[in-house]
Amino acid sequence: MSSDNEEQHRLFEYSEPVFPQRVKGWFRSLKWWLMFLTLGVYYVTPWLRWDRGTSLPDQAVLVDLANARLYFFWIEVWPHEFYFIAGLLIMAGLGLFLFTSALGRVWCGYACPQTVWTDLFILVERWVEGDRNARIRLLRAKWDFAKLRKRLTKWTLWMLISISTGGAWVFYFADAPTLLVDLVTGNAAFVAYGTIAVMAVVTFIFGGFMREQICTYMCPWPRIQAAMMDEHSLTVSYRAWRGEPRGKKGKAEGDCIDCMACVNVCPQGIDIRDGQQVECITCALCIDACDEIMERIGKPRGLIDYCALSDEESEREGKDVIPVWKHILRLRNIIYVSIWSIIGIALVVMLFIRSDFGVSIRPERNPRFVTLSDGTIRNAYDLRLSNQTGDPRSFHISVKADDPLRLELQGQNVLSIVVPADKTIHQRAYLFAKQGYGASEAESSSVRFWIEEIASGERTSVDTVFSGDTR
Amino acid sequence: MKKKQRKSEEDYPTTGHEWDGIREYDKPMPRWWLNTLYITIIWAIGYSIAYPAWPLLKEATPGLLGWSSRGDVAAEISRVNAQNAEIETKLLATPLENIAADADLSRFASAGGAAVFRTYCAQCHGEGAQGFKGYPNLQDDDWLWGGDIATLETTIRHGIRFEADDDTRFSEMPKFGEFMEHEEIASIANFVRSLSGKEHDEAAAAAGTELFADNCASCHGETGTGDREQGAPNLTDAIWLYGSKEDVIEKTITYSRAGVMPAWQGRITDAQIRQVAFYVHQLGGGE
Repeated sequence: MSSDNEEQHRLFEYSEPVFPQRVKGWFRSLKWWLMFLTLGVYYVTPWLRWDRGTSLPDQAVLVDLANARLYFFWIEVWPHEFYFIAGLLIMAGLGLFLFTSALGRVWCGYACPQTVWTDLFILVERWVEGDRNARIRLLRAKWDFAKLRKRLTKWTLWMLISISTGGAWVFYFADAPTLLVDLVTGNAAFVAYGTIAVMAVVTFIFGGFMREQICTYMCPWPRIQAAMMDEHSLTVSYRAWRGEPRGKKGKAEGDCIDCMACVNVCPQGIDIRDGQQVECITCALCIDACDEIMERIGKPRGLIDYCALSDEESEREGKDVIPVWKHILRLRNIIYVSIWSIIGIALVVMLFIRSDFGVSIRPERNPRFVTLSDGTIRNAYDLRLSNQTGDPRSFHISVKADDPLRLELQGQNVLSIVVPADKTIHQRAYLFAKQGYGASEAESSSVRFWIEEIASGERTSVDTVFSGDTR
Repeated sequence: MKKKQRKSEEDYPTTGHEWDGIREYDKPMPRWWLNTLYITIIWAIGYSIAYPAWPLLKEATPGLLGWSSRGDVAAEISRVNAQNAEIETKLLATPLENIAADADLSRFASAGGAAVFRTYCAQCHGEGAQGFKGYPNLQDDDWLWGGDIATLETTIRHGIRFEADDDTRFSEMPKFGEFMEHEEIASIANFVRSLSGKEHDEAAAAAGTELFADNCASCHGETGTGDREQGAPNLTDAIWLYGSKEDVIEKTITYSRAGVMPAWQGRITDAQIRQVAFYVHQLGGGE
């Protein structure tokens, strides 16, 4: 072609518009249900209530950034327990390995927000502008009242979805009912409006216009997941051995009648018959489309199907079709499940054995000790006591050492402290070793602080050191 | 089909790089990607006009918006000051002894005092107020001029032997070396060591007893327990500002010692003086 040379030097490539056609079938139904479930969880969760007493918020799921707390139903996570979140992230990572190894890019096809929201936006688009052919006609049509009306309706609906998407996000970070009132009356913080605006614009553009471009050009997952799959991983593919050579019904040997149904329904705008492609998110809509055609022409279903790359070769040789469960129950996947479960069980166990009060005791290091006028050596300690419950609790502090060291809490006449609900307090404590005690002359001697909750008798100890004057 | 025929992979040129049979396509970027690049370029031009950007000989171009990081800091400081104005007024109005009773006030005073201490006091008294030779430890319970909060405040306000301040604390130990024999000084030193039960020469200490009563007791007291009115240290305790070795004490008697602390009135605000007095008082030795 003469234009080829010119095209090679072009700086950019136009993106070809994609008009996914409506399709019915098992996978489409599954995706509707998943969309309903994931969006439902996302929009409804901030509105769930959970009673935690008077001094704590009653929102079931809340990220309280100002007070550095994370609430999830009966679980409250403090910053020092962030390993729970880290553990969940590791589980999410391993889960992704597992699902990719077993089912290929199943995350992309069913659960990725980009896929879910794009699906929702396409639903709206189809509802306003009609199906594939009507939309192609509309794109080519001149701008008249009807086109403008349809476009504006579509954009308005998209924008409403986008705003509520950003709106739902901010509810996770503040008391949802209060924030909603504030948002409507214009009293909410600027950051809330800003977050909603940014998320709304991003949702609008990504779901409405960028769509498959995000997956193809922006997202790193296609590259990473491609590296995590192997030839036994399930993926959506075309049984070329059965379909080829393709052609009109009755005029070619293959089962594929080249009806383009699989291409027309593809939200990524690709042809699955070209083989594995980085653009394919394995949404399986082409399976539904093809199965419908196969049924109509009286051929068995599954010309396009979930199969592994190794299946093509073995099936071409006439071997039996390997059932799906054999692809999933592989050693590799079982190892992933085991590691995943071990971490999960460990997290649950830690959740149950974690203490609801925290103690840390740090000896003052500058200076290590102070000599008082009667020769007594004094050490100072920074006590940090956390009360991770919704009620104030009082603790009795005592100390155990080889020498009878005297304990004093700064600014207190007694050796007990009240820690308010859901708070951490700092308390400076002093230990005194009289002149002549071993502790007052040793470089360092060990000391054990006992912290006992007065009401329950539950107690915990912290080992630290006492520094003496060796001079 | 109507659908435009997709280009096959062979239609694209390669960059010419080849390694192990792998070649790299030279594919064009999508149009939106290129537009994003152009938008960032336009943004950068606008940004460099609106904000300080281009380095010149002395300073950068100021930018149309007049923004500066120093201005940000100044705004932040005045914001904090405005925020603290109320509690600062309260701090100035509350008697020093009553600060500790008010939780908010004492938190404000000790946090602010800690900052003041690290800025102005730590150079001599040490980061942890542990002191050094010649610079008193503020954590212990031994005070030259007194350790109650009001006395501490006066000391900080007017300093010690700081001549520019008329109300400064002042006292001067004579240089006994100018009119005493070394032997006499040595016997006083031995007597002083005996006061706190330190190892000493009995004979010398006995000889020093009378010398002490005649020359030293007027300030340090007959029993050597010191006098806070004059900042005369207690010689019977375990705390030695310059050291307790015999030769060190002899040197102190011979040449005298007189530490100086600047007056902070006028250099830091009244509120800061009260904050740092409160901070030092609650370090563990306050009376």
